[in-house]
Amino acid sequence: MAVEKAGFQIDDTVDITDVVCPVTFVKAKVALEELDDGQVLSVHMNDGEPVQNVPRSIKEEGHKILKLIDNEDGTYDLIVRKVEE
Amino acid sequence: MATDYAALKKGGWMRQKQKNRFALRVHVVGGHMTEKQLIGVSKVAEKYGEGYVHLTARQSLEIPFIRLEDIEAVKAELAEFDVVPSVCGPRVRTTTACQGSAVCPSASIDTYNLATEIDERYFAKELPGKFKFGITGCQNNCLKTEENDIGIKGAESVDWIEDNCIQCGVCVKACRENAIKLEDGRIIIDEDKCTYCGRCAKSCPSDAYEEHPGYIMSFGGMYGNHFHKGRQILPFVQSHDKLIQLCDACINFFHDHGKAGDRFQNCIAREGEDTFDAYIKEVFEKSEESAAEEASKPLELTDWKLRTDI
Repeated sequence: MAVEKAGFQIDDTVDITDVVCPVTFVKAKVALEELDDGQVLSVHMNDGEPVQNVPRSIKEEGHKILKLIDNEDGTYDLIVRKVEE
Repeated sequence: MATDYAALKKGGWMRQKQKNRFALRVHVVGGHMTEKQLIGVSKVAEKYGEGYVHLTARQSLEIPFIRLEDIEAVKAELAEFDVVPSVCGPRVRTTTACQGSAVCPSASIDTYNLATEIDERYFAKELPGKFKFGITGCQNNCLKTEENDIGIKGAESVDWIEDNCIQCGVCVKACRENAIKLEDGRIIIDEDKCTYCGRCAKSCPSDAYEEHPGYIMSFGGMYGNHFHKGRQILPFVQSHDKLIQLCDACINFFHDHGKAGDRFQNCIAREGEDTFDAYIKEVFEKSEESAAEEASKPLELTDWKLRTDI
């Protein structure tokens, strides 16, 4: 069941605040693999290194980044649309 | 006939502590070797050496334990595999490089092609002392360019393209210098804080940055008996031809002012850092046309002693 966040329909959510680099990206990547082409994932991540690196790594995998939401509590939600190869 | 050890050293043959044995340093550019070259090195190490090679601190490769009487045979066999001896002593050495934009997602410049060009222009040129170039693709600085007499770091200036921007804010977080603000849907870059690292453009999911690759140079680095971190001196160098003009200027400065055994920084320090800085800034300010003309021709020095032994 999709939920709405910042105007986007979110199909799934993954929390990567409990892991450190490079597992942050791996966890997000695994979550994206579970989705179908065009579905939207929300990635909950910490400030600092994750937010500096994970969006870029996801972009380099070919997925479409839609939005980065600052939760103003030291965490961010990255909204990503899955793009199949 | 007495053995000319100086000539051998110049040609990349380094005398070992063991009598009549030499370690041959082979010419490697930008840290790349082809599989063919590796096979040639492997064969020579097995046949004429002791079955191993040594990887040097500066991306070269040495084959130890070659006998004096085998030197010509080794040269001939290596040549069949496109391997030539490198150099040692007071001249321009191996140009080192990281993998650069050909494979690395962080890099702003094609380090291997630049290393090849620098090598073709300067390799083995005779100077008062050893002279090293190091090239890295970005400010992660994997190659540690400030250790070199001239360090070249890939960088880029960026232009924000408003129409492509989705105001996601990723670049604001990707910037390590806090130089970017997103205010009322507009990106504002603080030019004083920007280090031209390009992380904003690399991270941008919507191609809202136009990238203009360039270079950040450092001068006078050395990490041997005495340490000196190469100094940046100049702002961001945008053009390739200007880069070459600046490299030429450094080689000329060292050639004209260096004493035997100097490193570039020793020469700069003796002439005065202020003097060198003024000189290199003057070259930096020269017209782009003058840089293009200089870069289109080989390096010119009047009493240049060209290497003839390989």
